[in-house]
Amino acid sequence: MIIAVASGKGGTGKTTVAVNLARMMNERVLLLDCDVEEPNTHLFLKTSPKKSEDIVTIAVPEVDESLCNGCGECGAFCQYHAIVSFGTVPLVFPEMCHGCGGCARVCPKKAIREVDRRIGTIATSVSGRITLIQGRLDVGVTIAPPLIRAVKARLQKGIPSILDAPPGTSCPVIATIRGADAILLVTEPTPFGLHDLKLAVDMVREVRIPFGVVVNRAGSGDGRVQEYCEGQDIPVLAEIPDDRRIAETYSRGRLVVEALPEYRNTFSDLWKKTAALAAGAKD
Amino acid sequence: MKIAVTSSGTDLLAAVDTRFGRAPKFIVYDLDGETFTVLDNEMNLNAAQGAGVQAAQNVVRAGAGALVTGHCGPKAFRVLAAAGVKIFTMESGTVAEAVERYRRGELVEAKAADVEGHW
Repeated sequence: MIIAVASGKGGTGKTTVAVNLARMMNERVLLLDCDVEEPNTHLFLKTSPKKSEDIVTIAVPEVDESLCNGCGECGAFCQYHAIVSFGTVPLVFPEMCHGCGGCARVCPKKAIREVDRRIGTIATSVSGRITLIQGRLDVGVTIAPPLIRAVKARLQKGIPSILDAPPGTSCPVIATIRGADAILLVTEPTPFGLHDLKLAVDMVREVRIPFGVVVNRAGSGDGRVQEYCEGQDIPVLAEIPDDRRIAETYSRGRLVVEALPEYRNTFSDLWKKTAALAAGAKD
Repeated sequence: MKIAVTSSGTDLLAAVDTRFGRAPKFIVYDLDGETFTVLDNEMNLNAAQGAGVQAAQNVVRAGAGALVTGHCGPKAFRVLAAAGVKIFTMESGTVAEAVERYRRGELVEAKAADVEGHW
């Protein structure tokens, strides 16, 4: 079972929910940090020394100028303008290339070969029953989805997995949540939280994956998030109260379920409800 | 020869738009015939990335030998330079003024990109 933890708004508590859920599991669990632009799950887990660190590359085009006849097929194919040709030898912008390989395929002269370009790393480490798999995009690289897909290639059948998604509703989030069995949307009861929750709801409805909402800092703000969820028939699977001690625990890089045992039930209940949501969709 | 000018509107009295890739329009002015056509850049205006590269290709395809704009980023500059399009910059004025100043040789040719790429 694969559970993705996402949100529209940043800073609502995705990582808090993901790491605490993972820690409450009674069996081995994979925790995938898919927020590769700013991975932070490791801050909350005392992990063993890294088991491995792999370099992730994407294939970018390299043009053999002696073979190119300047036909322009490559540039016409590339929707990201990573290769540009107008009757001349093409210009390549590797930093804009998504690594699809299309330019090499459409080249009638076989003048394009693909070379590896490093985009980031994936580190694997262990903390108790949690295996943490963390993607980290290199500084200056802007295209996250290929690295996120490489992180997700380390999912293992039969082992429950929790995916910590980046905030927002753009390509990196879609790359993370695609294929999940259920999605948790973490929000806060503020106008910003509600606004971005609506965007996130539109997104997950588009990918047709069952989802529920987690309201963090419940008791702050107002009741509009809950009213919205009720009106839209969206289950609120957990409410994490606006408790200063939780913020302090977080700020020290500690887990709520360890520092404040009274919240253990909140997270174990959340897991049960999420698992039921995922299982219900399969029936 | 034709020159392309980044424009906020569709006629010669429109202000020069100082952005290149995300200018709303390009006015392609034929210096010999004294006529012009308008290229719509709406698609690039909202592009997540690659606006400069795409806009540069459009300018090249329109047959312009020179471009007058406010600023030009590194990727667009590479494309324009490869196609032999000369880049001239000016800070403010109308498209008509841009054409006139180009004719009189008052505009300075840019030898490198003058702004960072954006994402």
